[in-house]
Amino acid sequence: MKYLVSVIDDGTGLATPTEEADIDAFNDRLQAEGYWVFAGGLGSPDPATVIDNRSGEPVVTDGPFVESKEYLAGFWILEAPDLDVVLKLAADGSKACNRKIEVRPFL
Amino acid sequence: MSAIDVREAITRAHHEEWARVVASLTRRFGDLDIAEEAAAEAFATAVARWPADGVPPKPGAWLTTTANNKAIDRIRRESKRDDKQREARMVYDDDPPQPVGVIDDERLRLIFTCCHPALGMETRVALTLRMVGGLTVPEIARAFLVQEDAMGQRITRAKAKIKTARIPYRVPSAEDLPARVSGVLAVLFLVFNEGYLATSPDTDPVRHDLTAEAIRLTRLIRALMPHDGEVAGLLALMLLTEARRTARVSRSGELVALDEQDRGAWDAALVAEGHRLVRERLASGAAPGRYQILAAINAVHTSARDIRDTDWSQVVALYDQLVGLDSSPIIALNRAIAVAELDGPEVALATVDRLDESLAGYHAYHATRADLLRRLGRSEKARAAYDKAIALAGNTAETAYLTRRRDQLG
Repeated sequence: MKYLVSVIDDGTGLATPTEEADIDAFNDRLQAEGYWVFAGGLGSPDPATVIDNRSGEPVVTDGPFVESKEYLAGFWILEAPDLDVVLKLAADGSKACNRKIEVRPFL
Repeated sequence: MSAIDVREAITRAHHEEWARVVASLTRRFGDLDIAEEAAAEAFATAVARWPADGVPPKPGAWLTTTANNKAIDRIRRESKRDDKQREARMVYDDDPPQPVGVIDDERLRLIFTCCHPALGMETRVALTLRMVGGLTVPEIARAFLVQEDAMGQRITRAKAKIKTARIPYRVPSAEDLPARVSGVLAVLFLVFNEGYLATSPDTDPVRHDLTAEAIRLTRLIRALMPHDGEVAGLLALMLLTEARRTARVSRSGELVALDEQDRGAWDAALVAEGHRLVRERLASGAAPGRYQILAAINAVHTSARDIRDTDWSQVVALYDQLVGLDSSPIIALNRAIAVAELDGPEVALATVDRLDESLAGYHAYHATRADLLRRLGRSEKARAAYDKAIALAGNTAETAYLTRRRDQLG
């Protein structure tokens, strides 16, 4: 079972060096314990571009699809047997990156 | 067997077997929705057949078999449509749970799943009453004054989340158990409190259906986890509170405060059972949690022949212990009420006034202040405090009591 574990930033900005070190250690652990599938950092949504090609002509919009104070700043994709396992990992992940975390199952 | 006997047998089977049937089907089919629907159909079949066929010798086994057949029928129907069913099974942990002194009853898995911390509190309450308690969706909707559709959606959404997010169907590990048990107890305490002090102006002041259901489910958990101190504590607390239920509201529907209650009207059997549990916990020598301390406080109250006979120093000492575990202002407020009896209303009022910032929106805070001010003869201030308490109180019996007290001020 795969879960999307999202990092929610509310404008704190990029990770500090301590946070980065903690995230690295957490990532190492995820890999060592076999939960790791993929992860990536995204930073602020400012450079986002939205494309809508549903009606023949692609419409390009500058900026994220939704403007909000909180945004997705990075994510993990984890393989875990059930929600309890992921919630525990997410609790550690939230501590490591010093941000809120959202857990969602893949279909 | 008379029609009444059959009806009683069905009610009893519903009380005793519903959770077991749902739990065993959930285990077998890995799907709460299938389990719930099949259990409901099995009981409907019992209602239709038992009056003519007679009550089977083993009603539980009959209901489980019938429900199993209903579930298999549904799965056959659906598997013709798609094979998703098998993919989306719940995670069932086949390893026996770590030895934590609990009986590995299927119903425990069901309870822990329904009270999972990833579900919202209202959802946990609704799901527990449906899956474990066997209340119907309309019954739960009425209990919490929610539209039936909305309640149905809440339960459907919860079942879907349990399935798609893979909330596991198991008893938590020893390490997680205390936190998860306290999550379950919080659900039951909330159901009990909503019954004990119904918050709506449109319902009876005491909802016996809810207090009774909360006690029934807590008894079940007590039977499943007989060594858990907080489970025993919560059950004792509920019993000692329930024992005073009929004395707590007058015939005219007014709240009767503890000092004015007819103690002879308390339910002696419930008091005795509550006291037994409190003594059992004291004898264990283990450090008590908050429910055990609250139960002990209620045991002191219910041991006194009248209000003057109450051992207030013991009550204050227990509150001191509780403050050590929980620094919430509500506990500080309740402690102050006991302090008023021990050290006088002046001392208590000084403490209560310091809680203004955190409790200004809580009716009991103003009711307590009003009573202390009244006892100190400060009628004008007391009146203002009663007014605030009345404006904030949702319970009809409490409003009636506060209004009378206010109107009796000199």
